[in-house]
Amino acid sequence: MLTDSQIDRYSRHIILKEVGGKGQQKLLDGKVLIIGAGGLGAPIALYLAAAGVGTIGIADADVVDLSNLQRQVIHFTADIGKPKVESAREKMVAMNPDVTVKTYQEWISAANINGIIADYDFIIDGTDNFAAKFLINDACVLAGKPYSHGGILQFDGQTITVKPGESACYRCIFPEPPPKEAIPTCSQAGVIGVLPGVLGTIQATEAIKFLLGKGDLLTNRLLTYNALRMRFREVPLKRKTTCPVCGDNPTITEALDELDAMTVCDLKGTP
Amino acid sequence: MIVTINGKETQLPENASRTIDSLLTELDVAQPLYVTVELNGDIPDRADFATTPVAAGDVIEFLYFMGGGR
Repeated sequence: MLTDSQIDRYSRHIILKEVGGKGQQKLLDGKVLIIGAGGLGAPIALYLAAAGVGTIGIADADVVDLSNLQRQVIHFTADIGKPKVESAREKMVAMNPDVTVKTYQEWISAANINGIIADYDFIIDGTDNFAAKFLINDACVLAGKPYSHGGILQFDGQTITVKPGESACYRCIFPEPPPKEAIPTCSQAGVIGVLPGVLGTIQATEAIKFLLGKGDLLTNRLLTYNALRMRFREVPLKRKTTCPVCGDNPTITEALDELDAMTVCDLKGTP
Repeated sequence: MIVTINGKETQLPENASRTIDSLLTELDVAQPLYVTVELNGDIPDRADFATTPVAAGDVIEFLYFMGGGR
């Protein structure tokens, strides 16, 4: 049951026929996990908190660095040195006290990911390295958890939503991670600060639509974005029968760390 | 012959023996060892690139790793 102040706070949602009081209650009952409290994670966390997603988990082991602030809009100059998850939590609950924020100040790994994702309805990948991106895909697919993948670099971004067993997963597109150092990272190659704002907001939209059960999710379509040319494209995809994790004869049957990809993004100031 | 590459119609010289592998070289595609190639909606295994023909009218997408996020 929404309180008077909630009816006021979420009034612009409630008047949407796709949301209404019922949908807003679904958001308040929803549980979304954001992995990575950085460029993508910042707008995701802010918008999900503003939308009244009732339980938001946020996982990141890092502390705020001066070089983060060009794009990680949830962190302020005074937060430098503070754990990112704590900095993010403070802003989210200050904006919306309806929201319970659970923080995980740790790097996700094969050892902890299953326990962390178990409590959530929808997972969002806002990480900056292939080891984490493949681990999140595998763990979500194997646990049957829908999730949003996002990746950015320089002026380009791409995102896809995965409904395990129903739609193409990350490994249907990329069967295995590239060897470490093969693909440049944001710290090496740069990233325009507004880029994760565009991609992260799309990922947050997917989480909200999933909780509402409305609209069409970004499944079986890779959405690519180039900020310089200001173009969005959609690449149609489908599940691959030979996918190592969601195919007919999977070779990956438990979430394991991709050791060869582990140190892709371990330079100082990377996040 | 004309193929569609990442949404753009592209004129290629006639070549009956063109494969995904030779196309990657011909077009000097970035990250040739890691790029994912979608051909008419299917993503062939890398091991089959050298034997998968590319013909007129094909729709090709080059998909790249993007590992950033934080």
